[in-house]
Amino acid sequence: MNEVFIFATLNGLVTGLLLFMLASGLTLIFSMMGVLNFAHASFYMLGAYIAYTVSGYIGFWGGLLIAPLLVGALGAGVERYGLRRVHSYGHVAELIFTFGLAFLIEELVQFFWGRDTKNYQTPELLDFALFTLFGQEFSAYRGFMIAISLGIFAALYVVLTRSRVGIIIQASISHPHTVANLGHNVPFIFMCVFGAGTALAGVAGVIAGPVLTTFPGMAVVLGSIVYIIVVIGGLGSLPGAFIASLLVGLLQSYAIAADAGMPELLEWLGVSFERSHPLNDLWTLKLPQIAPVLPYLLLILVLIFKPTGLMGNREE
Amino acid sequence: MLKVKDLHAYYDKSHILQGVNFEVGAGEIVSLLGRNGVGRSTTVKTLMGEVTPHGSIEFKGEEIAGLKAFEIAQRGLGCVPENRDIFPTLTVRQNLVLGLKGKHESSRWSIDDMFQMFPNLAARAEVAGGVLSGGEQQMLCMCRTLMGDPELIMIDEPTEGLAPKVVEQIGDLLQEIASRGVSILLVEQKLSIALKISQRLYVMGHGKIVYEGTPASLMEAQDVRAEWLEV
Repeated sequence: MNEVFIFATLNGLVTGLLLFMLASGLTLIFSMMGVLNFAHASFYMLGAYIAYTVSGYIGFWGGLLIAPLLVGALGAGVERYGLRRVHSYGHVAELIFTFGLAFLIEELVQFFWGRDTKNYQTPELLDFALFTLFGQEFSAYRGFMIAISLGIFAALYVVLTRSRVGIIIQASISHPHTVANLGHNVPFIFMCVFGAGTALAGVAGVIAGPVLTTFPGMAVVLGSIVYIIVVIGGLGSLPGAFIASLLVGLLQSYAIAADAGMPELLEWLGVSFERSHPLNDLWTLKLPQIAPVLPYLLLILVLIFKPTGLMGNREE
Repeated sequence: MLKVKDLHAYYDKSHILQGVNFEVGAGEIVSLLGRNGVGRSTTVKTLMGEVTPHGSIEFKGEEIAGLKAFEIAQRGLGCVPENRDIFPTLTVRQNLVLGLKGKHESSRWSIDDMFQMFPNLAARAEVAGGVLSGGEQQMLCMCRTLMGDPELIMIDEPTEGLAPKVVEQIGDLLQEIASRGVSILLVEQKLSIALKISQRLYVMGHGKIVYEGTPASLMEAQDVRAEWLEV
């Protein structure tokens, strides 16, 4: 039982921290522009594909360095020459723009890389067991995923709360006109933050690509969960996104690992049922089967009991 | 230092500034006076590029009409807005750091200067700006703009809603600013502080300058005060 719990926790942490890397960028961008970037997960997918191609020439580590930079530069370009122009037409136009961009990136990925799953491998350097517990191995690559995610979270926290750049970003989010009057180029700051947010999505793609497989549907698979996370955490709240990411990661991981479900619950409640009952499928549901639905269930509960999200304070 | 010629500004179809002309010289303290709604704050916003200017705004010999707010601020024109706009979640020190433009090595002002002038701010350096009193927020807002080392600072209604003792402190700060060679454009509704510290003053009415003179000449011009200033 203990080993199941420990490994479920570790796997939940890996998933949760990976989700946070995506959610943090999305949250930063939402804080600034007040619009959900529906193309955010597409930048994550681009990160994985670019890293896959680059790693074929100069190895995994070169891909880890170059792919986020390219994705970040592309994101900054999208903000500068796309979103900024659309901004004057309101949030609906911005949403439609990001929707369209998501489709465009997906089509471009299929055009250049094809529809098949890519053989994007973890680096040989990390191809060993970090530790063995209760006879089960925990791979070094998963440890690396945890380390890099925590490193990025710490760096982001320090930059945003301790550095002058972070202070300017925080102030630009709430009082852009006042910050401009103090001599700071707010549109440039927004472009950089958009670029940094998409670069973070790119990092997530690079490190998730080898373990979650690199294929044209990977943006759709993770994208919907990330949008749920930023709503659960509270739109615009970075700490909220962190808590919600871990919550969703752990929730799904525990559900997959749990050997329980409706039969055990009904037995505990002293309720018996016939196999031939029309609702037999419902009565025999196991937790691993409903694991993918749990984040959506959590979203509904949060929206009912705290519509602003766990740490959100936006009323509008 | 600042020459404004035939400046017009609009809010949608409303013609707010209808040909404003005035000048502020180097090291001068000039006041722009007038009742509510005559276009004083719109003048400040138009000079800072927040409202689209039509006309000429020359600063240090360069035309700045049409530039973006941050470009105008980087050229040395500072602005303390009427609503103060303190960043409420940032500390007093962080609010001051925000005023720096990155070339602060040669600045006339340092954070220590500010704390020396306003011990209240020093005592609350690590406190969030949002919990300061109205007077402290006004001080902080002025200090924040000074941190950017402006050559001309426009201050919109600095004494609005403040206690007499705080108004006195603000008067002292304005004198200190001028003594360091910074020009001041004081935008006020009340006469008290403007008459005390200004070298020249302008009175606005219906979106235009309707009177130009010195504090002494305005004191003598009873008709001007009655028509354009007294409530």
